[in-house]
Amino acid sequence: MGEERRVLTGEHFLTGDHACAEGGMAAGCMFFGGYPITPSTEIAERMSLRLPEVGGIFIQMEDEMASMNSILGAAWGGWKSMTCTSGPGFSLMMENLGLGIVLETPTVLVNIQRGGPSTGLPTLSGQADMMQAKWGSHGDYEIIALAPNSPQEIFDHTIKAFNLAEQYRTPVLVMSDESVGHMTEKVIIPPREELKLVPRNYTKKKPGEYLPFECGEDEIPEMVKAGDGYKIHITGLTHDKRGYPDISAEAQDWMVRHLMNKIQKNKKKIIEVERINMDDAEVVVVSYGISSRVAHRGMDLARKTGVKVGMLRLITVWPFPDYMIKELAERVKAFVTVELNFGQIALEVERYVAGKAKCYLVPHAGGDVHKPEDIAEAIKEAAK
Amino acid sequence: MNKPAAHLETAIVEQDTHPMADLLRMDRMPHIWCSGCGLGTGLTCFIMALKETGIPEDKVAVVSGIGCTGRVAGYLNLDSFHTTHGRGIPFATGLALANPDLRVVVYSGDGDLVAIGGNHFIHSARRNMDLMVVCVNNFTYGMTGGQAGPTTPISAKASTAPYGSYDYPFNIPYLAIASGATYVARWTSLHMRRLKNSMREALPKKGFRVIEIICPCPTAFARKNRLGSGLDLMKHYHDNSIIKHGADPREADIDMNGKVVCGTFLDIERPTFRDFQTENIAKQLGGE
Repeated sequence: MGEERRVLTGEHFLTGDHACAEGGMAAGCMFFGGYPITPSTEIAERMSLRLPEVGGIFIQMEDEMASMNSILGAAWGGWKSMTCTSGPGFSLMMENLGLGIVLETPTVLVNIQRGGPSTGLPTLSGQADMMQAKWGSHGDYEIIALAPNSPQEIFDHTIKAFNLAEQYRTPVLVMSDESVGHMTEKVIIPPREELKLVPRNYTKKKPGEYLPFECGEDEIPEMVKAGDGYKIHITGLTHDKRGYPDISAEAQDWMVRHLMNKIQKNKKKIIEVERINMDDAEVVVVSYGISSRVAHRGMDLARKTGVKVGMLRLITVWPFPDYMIKELAERVKAFVTVELNFGQIALEVERYVAGKAKCYLVPHAGGDVHKPEDIAEAIKEAAK
Repeated sequence: MNKPAAHLETAIVEQDTHPMADLLRMDRMPHIWCSGCGLGTGLTCFIMALKETGIPEDKVAVVSGIGCTGRVAGYLNLDSFHTTHGRGIPFATGLALANPDLRVVVYSGDGDLVAIGGNHFIHSARRNMDLMVVCVNNFTYGMTGGQAGPTTPISAKASTAPYGSYDYPFNIPYLAIASGATYVARWTSLHMRRLKNSMREALPKKGFRVIEIICPCPTAFARKNRLGSGLDLMKHYHDNSIIKHGADPREADIDMNGKVVCGTFLDIERPTFRDFQTENIAKQLGGE
């Protein structure tokens, strides 16, 4: 028992869910508050086994509102924290995801997406929560969301999510899906010393000098924890830099702009994509998560018939890489978005293509993945 | 009239600052509470109790939900968290578990803690989480204008119960004890000394502690039910109270004209979530 059990360096054969939990462990997570829900439950199960080994705490909360709040509280108590959920649980977490955003709390929320709406398809895949991730909590905000497409990547992305949470003092979403969560593949966990971890950016200011929401040009405030003598007050109400409520249009304008700018100003540092076959591409497939693996196959099939098709795989879905789409729209013929929904990220693509190229969607209601042949057909159609 | 003695003149000058200014955020005054509300006296008791315990101020955190009582977190000059409606307890759960040096107090109202936050309240009591919960019960949703709540007595009028409330209210001490709380007391906001003593007693304890304060709401509850001023209602609750330590909580229901049973209903010890967690993990994993 102790920190030596934190990073299980070596080659493993893991499900995506278990790899996600190991990513949290490797990132330094000390607290997991969660509520079981298929298909994310195995993350909670693994954390209940693993966290006590390093002196951390796993607690099964009474519902998802409680889970989300508990990880916010743990973050202000000085620990790295996370939760996971799926389907209706994600809806229930929206209330306090908003609180986390407004309190600018570093924490990680993993959504192993399943088919919806409502109870939907508990055991089958979906990617229809992508817009909810961005717009699901009331009010305007910006969010960071990653979309891993393999167990190895969900391990890596969970670490990355913890790092981004600390760097930008905000909750970060890992928007995976049932297919990745329940798929078993090789996962390499690197030696501890090779992990790049971002520690919490604790202020060096003294109590009395520190303001919890004061920030410089980069819009990122420094952090403290309860019990260190700062006597902070933080509130979900619209507040000023001191954290004091300020119910006015002026304070609202400052606070919401700050929350938006914090992500938007830094988006070129945050956004990560993978470009495949893009050098000569006339058609661009935009995809993410499990769909990007199927779309890769579809792209290969279409290439064999002579279509110059490439793929922009979104690793970061939010903030959306608008500037990349705008730039591509100037020189390619068409975009084909492949996702397990009826057009969510496709709307963002269309928005930034702004009529400069054709836009196609290969929709799917979830419950299964696309057929690569269907994707290849859509690519061929787009290339005409 | 005689000139006051020199030491009294000095005393008057020193009264320029509030005697509890060190634990209040004076830059947030004036507060939003109505005159005649009992929240101020309860908060005074809390500050006095905290000082008497000698617990370092830096090691106390206060978490509130939403509502008139929810504003307590904003007025106390401590690490203080004003969360979402009903969610003070789960937020405080994470805070307390991550930082065991902290004494964490959840200070909120009846609607916040036992309606929208009711699930968190019973489950936290079940786990015997290390939290002290102060529940200010004014029988209504004051901030939103006097709607019926989870403790509104049968027949009491509210803005959403114009014909009188007809759904049965929670009896908070009974709910807390049945759910597993280890310290449960109730006082009216005019029982200042006894309330302060209860808070002083509960603050250093471990486990899930609940102190209910029966509090007048002059603006919403008293006006809708023609119960006079805040002071009239405060006196009414006080004068109709019966102090009965160790009372059976089943007898602690509150109705419009009945007695308010006050006192310490329960003060026991049982292992907390952290005790169980630490002990069990050490046993299973062979740690120290």
